[in-house]
Amino acid sequence: MSEETFILIPGRTSDQGCGISEGKYARRYSDAITAVQMNAQDMERLGLSEGQPVRIRSEHGSVVLPLQAARADELPQGLLFMAYGEYSSRLMGGETHGSGMPTSKGIDVTIEAAEADEVDTGRIA
Amino acid sequence: MSATSGSGATEDALKIVEDATCTFCGCVCDDIELHVQKHTIVQAKRACVLGTAWFLNHEVEDVPSCRIEGRPASVEEGIERAAEILYEARYPLIYGLSDTTCESQRVAVSIADWIGANLDTTTSVCHGPSGMAFQGVGEVTCSLGEVRNRADLIIFWGSNPAESHPRHFTRYSLMPTGMFVPGGRKERTCVVIDVRKTKSARAADLFIPIRPRKDFEALWTLRALAADIEVDAEQVERETGQPLAIWQDLMDRMKAARFGVIFFGMGLTMTRGKHANSEALLALTRDMNRHTRFVCKPNRGHGNVTGADNVVSWRTGFPFGVNLGRGYPRFNPGEYTASDVLANREADAAMIIASDPMANFSEPARRHLQSIPYVALDPKETPTTRAATVAFTVATYGINVAGTAYRMDDVPIPLRPAFESPHPSDYEILRGIEKRVQQWYAAGRRPGGDGHR
Ligand code: SF4
Repeated sequence: MSEETFILIPGRTSDQGCGISEGKYARRYSDAITAVQMNAQDMERLGLSEGQPVRIRSEHGSVVLPLQAARADELPQGLLFMAYGEYSSRLMGGETHGSGMPTSKGIDVTIEAAEADEVDTGRIA
Repeated sequence: MSATSGSGATEDALKIVEDATCTFCGCVCDDIELHVQKHTIVQAKRACVLGTAWFLNHEVEDVPSCRIEGRPASVEEGIERAAEILYEARYPLIYGLSDTTCESQRVAVSIADWIGANLDTTTSVCHGPSGMAFQGVGEVTCSLGEVRNRADLIIFWGSNPAESHPRHFTRYSLMPTGMFVPGGRKERTCVVIDVRKTKSARAADLFIPIRPRKDFEALWTLRALAADIEVDAEQVERETGQPLAIWQDLMDRMKAARFGVIFFGMGLTMTRGKHANSEALLALTRDMNRHTRFVCKPNRGHGNVTGADNVVSWRTGFPFGVNLGRGYPRFNPGEYTASDVLANREADAAMIIASDPMANFSEPARRHLQSIPYVALDPKETPTTRAATVAFTVATYGINVAGTAYRMDDVPIPLRPAFESPHPSDYEILRGIEKRVQQWYAAGRRPGGDGHR
């Protein structure tokens, strides 16, 4: 599969929110922040299956994470969704355009299939 | 008010705390009934899924209250070292503050003032752009009580309260029967505007999906329609992803509403356009008051982020992104905001209170934070506490610590703690640091080493 362009929308989820309270080194939070969701039609078009590791690259960084099919009609084609966390932050740049806020949603990314042993599991600290 | 059930209140008896306040999200629900067994909350009645996780997972952490460079240390040593780090720095940053009491926030501002620090809160990476827009446009707003009692058209724009503020619908906006909406949900129309069909969209009467990064264009389309200005239908559809008829239908509903409200989220502020997006929404709300009563409100995330805005405003005149290095406050988002101060490698020391920039900031900002000495205060272990020079494990506000938190509509609410923690509160730590700094100042020692600042 060649590189494909998507727009990444990081956001809050219930699991990520509960995970913060359970602890950032506990399972629920780790699982919540490492899944990347894609529209099922996009997955089919690109020949990607549930759990397939993908390399997501932005202008500022890259991560390799397992893919998840988005629920029903939740995500339109061309968008990716993931929960806020250490991995989504790695794809953000430091520039805030005079606002104090880095562009944290609507990030241009490319994705390509990756190998299972490339999946990012290392946490920052 | 708290009551203890059963006769003979032994340590193990079930304690019931009525009207406890949940500080997990900006809804700050103050109707929770907590069942407390010793140092554990076993039940949190009326709390949502996030609130339940918050209350049931803040048992006492069996970890040292203080670590210096990873080694357990006494709290006194930690305070001394923390004060030293901050006082010696030439460009210290104090950041975080949205998950602590107003009382602690107040002390943190004092420390910033004494040492001439750069002060910022997590507002800068949530609704900071809206804070800038308030200054430019103003905010036509109201309390959540008014929404509950009056609103018949409720719009959520770039906000997904079903997952971020789960009781928003039931307690404040969609479901309640109100004084002027006695029929409750069936008398209210709910519209969700978002780039994806979120869980909130499923609760709406009308979902309008828009193209990502086109909020500004959609909002200005509505502004034009509010003023009966003719717009190019083809361009509107191309830019926003929705035909003009959809926007016209929404505008007709908005004009016909008796009391409309737009709750907006980080779908606006974190996306390209940022404060310009918020400005457009605030201006649209203002425009709508030519036709009917219309208000708006950012859906604030963290439990007391609104308190942080209030406290920093009382004390410095500005809500966030304030530099006190010259002895008087200067406000400049994009320069004095934490993401910038770190990514531009300006800060040479920091104190992070109740937030986790090591997880949430951009790579250049994180790299710089990791390279400077910093102090972290948090009830839980996080990437930020792990990499801190001095890390304090503190008691949790609202669960162990009393004080005040502001709901997202600027209403102050008292906290009713459930049990005591063996760890100090961040208030105590901050007061300790403030005292030390004041002593040095009184003794003639100046912050920033040899008076560089
Ligand atoms: S809505 Fe927010 S404040 Fe209310 S119980 Fe849920 S998490 Fe707590």
